[in-house]
Amino acid sequence: MRLKPTRWRWLSQIIFFSLFLFLLLRTEFRGSLHAVASEIRLPYPVQLFFQFDPLVALSNALSSRALYHSLLWSLVVLIPTMLLGRFFCGWICPLGSIHHFFSSLRSERKRGKQLIESNRYKRWQTTKYYLLVAALIAAVLGTGVVGWLDPFSLLVRSVGLSILPGTDYALNAVLRAMEHSRFAPVQMVGSGLHFIFGGLLLSFKQPYFRQGVWLGLIFIFLLALNFRITRFWCRALCPLGALLGVVSRWSILGLVKTPERCEDCNRCLLRCQGGDDPIGGVPWHQPECHLCLNCVDECPEHGLQFKFFPAQKSIGMNLQRRKVLTGLAAGAVVVPLLRSTPGFAVERDERLLRPPGTLDEGDFLSRCIRCGECMKVCPNNALQPALTEAGLEGLWTPVMVPRIGYCETSCVLCSQVCPTGAIWEITAKEKGWGAPVASDTKRISLGTAFLDRGRCLPWAMATPCIVCEEWCPTSPKAIYLQPAEVADAEGHLQHVKQPFVDPHRCVGCGACEYACPVQERPAVYVTSVGESRSRTNQILLNRGMERPR
Amino acid sequence: MNMPPPEGAILNRREALIKLLRLGGVAAGTAGLGCWLSEHSERPEHALAMNAKRNHAVGVDPALPEMAVIQGDDPEQLARAALEELGGIHRFVSRADIVLVKPNIGWDRTPEQAANTNPRIVTEIVRQCWNAGAKRVVVTDVSCNDPRRCFQRSGIAEASRREGAEVILPDPARFKDVDLQGEVLRDWPVFDPFLNADKIINVPIAKHHSLTGTTLGMKNWYGILGGPRHQLHQKIHESLVDLADFIRPTLTIIDCYRVLIRNGPTGGNLDDVLLKKTLVAGTDPVALDAYVAKAYWNLEVSSLPYLKMASQRGLGTYEFGKIHTRVRSSA
Repeated sequence: MRLKPTRWRWLSQIIFFSLFLFLLLRTEFRGSLHAVASEIRLPYPVQLFFQFDPLVALSNALSSRALYHSLLWSLVVLIPTMLLGRFFCGWICPLGSIHHFFSSLRSERKRGKQLIESNRYKRWQTTKYYLLVAALIAAVLGTGVVGWLDPFSLLVRSVGLSILPGTDYALNAVLRAMEHSRFAPVQMVGSGLHFIFGGLLLSFKQPYFRQGVWLGLIFIFLLALNFRITRFWCRALCPLGALLGVVSRWSILGLVKTPERCEDCNRCLLRCQGGDDPIGGVPWHQPECHLCLNCVDECPEHGLQFKFFPAQKSIGMNLQRRKVLTGLAAGAVVVPLLRSTPGFAVERDERLLRPPGTLDEGDFLSRCIRCGECMKVCPNNALQPALTEAGLEGLWTPVMVPRIGYCETSCVLCSQVCPTGAIWEITAKEKGWGAPVASDTKRISLGTAFLDRGRCLPWAMATPCIVCEEWCPTSPKAIYLQPAEVADAEGHLQHVKQPFVDPHRCVGCGACEYACPVQERPAVYVTSVGESRSRTNQILLNRGMERPR
Repeated sequence: MNMPPPEGAILNRREALIKLLRLGGVAAGTAGLGCWLSEHSERPEHALAMNAKRNHAVGVDPALPEMAVIQGDDPEQLARAALEELGGIHRFVSRADIVLVKPNIGWDRTPEQAANTNPRIVTEIVRQCWNAGAKRVVVTDVSCNDPRRCFQRSGIAEASRREGAEVILPDPARFKDVDLQGEVLRDWPVFDPFLNADKIINVPIAKHHSLTGTTLGMKNWYGILGGPRHQLHQKIHESLVDLADFIRPTLTIIDCYRVLIRNGPTGGNLDDVLLKKTLVAGTDPVALDAYVAKAYWNLEVSSLPYLKMASQRGLGTYEFGKIHTRVRSSA
């Protein structure tokens, strides 16, 4: 039996979507009962899709004047697209496949004539090119905000930080109710399902992400648009689709129409994904086509075929010069505005704690594509999408929130998964928290711990507590204790040990803040001052070197 | 003027009656449900903590020592020799017992850094438990750092698994609220495997700790608890005694093979680790703690109030010099 080409496409979409989902679910350190490796790395290249993303590569190249190591793989997508067209959108892109699926569901708003009309080429489909222009100019001027719209960034951020944690909660609620049921068969089914889902879908522990609800609602809204217009995201907004559209303008594969055979039945328009006018009588919009092959499949007269080196003329991006200039201007204006607002160069948020390996803020913001891989992988759930901490430009970039989780001494997983080198890949040894510091080595520091003596038990409440010192991972410890006698409410002297912070030794991991028994606002907290990535955000003259003797 | 309605415009008597009956039924049902629900309105209270206190200790045998101090090069041989001296594993583990082995797997550290129990001591104990005919041997701990990293990097998960033990990582869904019946500790979440074991073997590692000077066997029971356990340090001595009283272990084996002498309990620096190649095992947890505190930190009982409090509670004696002790080298 020979499969129809559309069946092959369907198969390809399922395979790549499954691969994407698998890699996203594996963007988590699961621990092993079989391994003893003291250096922990993920066994899979979970950031694979980003490495094949030409938009991420281009933005990275424009903003950093270089290409972070594995981004060279994106040529594997870019060059065939030059020859064949946007096959990536129709056959591979997992976000495209999700939109494809939701577009194929029945909708009151897309029936009969309405559906056919909605699938004709529309001028607003050029929006994505203007967005692309703006994003790329912004990249040249040094910001990676293209990640707000990059399809994989969008997908990992939405699914990884919102949809999957929500699924985790829902599944756990159902499974727990089943397992605590009074009826033995329900219990058994419950624990069976728990076993299956536990390995496949559930996280080791319930993840929590700030803005999770908004990230999820934005994603659901984009999916819902498909009920009005098929693949609205792909046609109108996706900047990767736009980039692939631009480079496919001169591709050698094209749709050849046989107008003599066309009976104007409009069936080719019924399931057209790209809105590229495959119908006879009008020219084909080459950069809009996803090569889904639905039109070829539908045409009852076999009047549509994809051929190499077609002689028929097709239409290109159909851009308006004024709007391109508007896009250029928008991209050029937005960066100076962002950078001349406090939050970047001056008055940085004290809680802007970046993950270990992060470049200095300017270099970081130019490379970070706000994809959320680092947040998804962090075993302590410490990394959260920023809202205001890094200014408007830093929306959805990673910040460590020690009250939720601290940075584990031996862990460098965020630097392993970062696709763009915003968090430069480091080893645990380079991080330098596990070993004693030699006087000439520089270890990474995320900030400095401070004590709130008004809330600290031995300082303010004549009560013993040493938890911050106990958890401090450096050796010698950055939090040290001094014995003191403090009068309690009755005037009795209590012997306590009061904590102090040595900023020379503190690495800003946040373990003290995490463990502090004073809930909500802790008595010890970390701020970013002293972070090793910055030359200016410092307290001490010779931070990072051994204390002068 | 009242006009009669046209024919068929309103329901006939029979249809109207049926409609009324239906509505009446629904109304009565709603009212009944409402009354029933309103009767069940109670202020939500925390469910009563269950009483799960059990004594896991075995009887005293006057012919056998209560404490054994073994020295030697090989951690496995040390564990084997310690059990031999104390009368063999059969004294502690019976056929078909569920045995829980509780090492310290608290920190994301490697064995050389001596923040967690030596994995080879754990594996020897697991092996011995199987020899005694145990039904299940469970190795678990409620870690401080991320348990996935602690269990893996300590080497304990892999080593125990290789010996066929069940390695259980702490799972938030598996904590039960238990009444610890202590003086300061009452209602606390306890990790469920600790409640279902017939025998519990404590395998702590001797480490420096700034609050009491050292963390030994009794401090290891912090690792059965969930909840806000960082608050225990505010009444550390009372908490330690309450926990030890709640668990009453079958056997305690303190790993002094590598001793973290400074910067505990996390350590990290190999300069803080002393190679002592010693194992202190026994049935009297109080005497063991007193002995190790004196041996490696030169701490007197007077500076560790919890030892005296534990003695008064009948958990053992702090006068380790007075109990039957065997000291030998394993080689």
